[in-house]
Amino acid sequence: MYKRRLIPVLFLKDGWMVRSESFSIHQAIGDPLHHVRRMVQWDVDELIVIDIGDAEMPFGHDRVDYRNKAVTTLPEFIRLIAVECRIPLTFGGRVRSVADVRERIHNGADKVTVNSQIADNPAEVTKMATTFGSQAIVASIDYRMVGNEARVYCDRGARDVGADVKTWARRAIDAGVGEILLTSIDRDGAARGYDLETISAVANAVNVPVIACGGAGNPLHFVKCFRETRASAVAAGNIFHFTENAYPNAKLLLRHQLPDIR
Amino acid sequence: MTVAIVECGIGNVQSVANACRQIAPDTVVVADGAALTAANPQRVILPGVGAIGTVLANLRGREIAPVLERLVRGSGVPFLGICVGMQVLADVCEEFGSHRGFGWIPGHVRRMAPVVSRVRLPHVGWNTIAATWPDDPLMRDIDGKDAYFVHSYAMDCPREFVLATTEYEGVTFPCAVRRDNIAGVQFHPEKSSLIGAALLTAFIGDGLCTNAA
Repeated sequence: MYKRRLIPVLFLKDGWMVRSESFSIHQAIGDPLHHVRRMVQWDVDELIVIDIGDAEMPFGHDRVDYRNKAVTTLPEFIRLIAVECRIPLTFGGRVRSVADVRERIHNGADKVTVNSQIADNPAEVTKMATTFGSQAIVASIDYRMVGNEARVYCDRGARDVGADVKTWARRAIDAGVGEILLTSIDRDGAARGYDLETISAVANAVNVPVIACGGAGNPLHFVKCFRETRASAVAAGNIFHFTENAYPNAKLLLRHQLPDIR
Repeated sequence: MTVAIVECGIGNVQSVANACRQIAPDTVVVADGAALTAANPQRVILPGVGAIGTVLANLRGREIAPVLERLVRGSGVPFLGICVGMQVLADVCEEFGSHRGFGWIPGHVRRMAPVVSRVRLPHVGWNTIAATWPDDPLMRDIDGKDAYFVHSYAMDCPREFVLATTEYEGVTFPCAVRRDNIAGVQFHPEKSSLIGAALLTAFIGDGLCTNAA
């Protein structure tokens, strides 16, 4: 039986792991490699790492109390994660060209996410998909509610693209992406549950897998999202960082309540 | 024990190499026919990521295909194809056109469902392996377990070569095939956590010597 996935999303900023809220508040919560190791030990279904930093920044922090040696570049960082990852790894953030995709995939990522290029250069997204296959290109679509419309924003929520999520999802699929990571900006870090209505609308409108993200505050929110939408996967960030054994416990609950959980 | 991982496309073979090195430290990655010959491997793994036409063109263009033919079909070296590396075993592969495969296992690779259909593709995620030959050494530890899949195309071949099947949204397809020393899996053992490691251990350890066919 096909299993729906529960996916931790880790956000990196300038080489630090951060907790994100409303796409604007970022609290540093430590060394990303430690977080990745914890996820691997939990045997998560898949892992998404998104670099939300503004530019290529050094990953080394000159912290002598960290036992791992300082990582200085993005490719080196991906290689270190990939060596430990026996599970699928998606790496996103600042992916703008076929060369960017190649750099991430050759260093060990299985998929990348694209966001702003769906607005700025869909032809380049198509080139990425024909080179690496649609399965390797995930559209990251961020939206906030404007009245009754789920309006898409790119550049980490800073730029209104002038379209609603369903239109945007179709545009991304036409460009060649194989999956959609749908994130509610309003609910980022809000812990009040998933936006079931928008997730359903998008999952019913497209025939590629949809990963729902934004709003998990407790494991029952996962159950509700799996039960009430056709999302192929549910993703979350913060909830997995601050509670002891949050992922394994959530999986226990989900397996108890639903048949299609690994 | 030398395991040769054949790099033939544009994808990432490092994760397969990392996974194999845990089992066989003498794992080498080769990218052309001369390197494959020089490695003189006891096992050959062909991971495939990317479009099948590109993979086949690279295998032929880099003189890998004739060396594989000699090693695998001539000398009987155990071979494992992963994902597109399994699909190239078929006679005909359709993806962005129609391509001639190796024809080592009679079969046809097609898109799992039409572009306009209710079947959500690509098939991405964990799904169950149902063995048709549960006693096969490759299946012993993984029958009934979940492995990680990422694909939109699948191989169709005669039942006698189907080791295991998987069902996705009403479509049942072979997820593992085998003909003597030649095997292929549609899922990604290198991404399938402990189940994937079990499959690679069985392939590298027993090879395909205990022949169930």
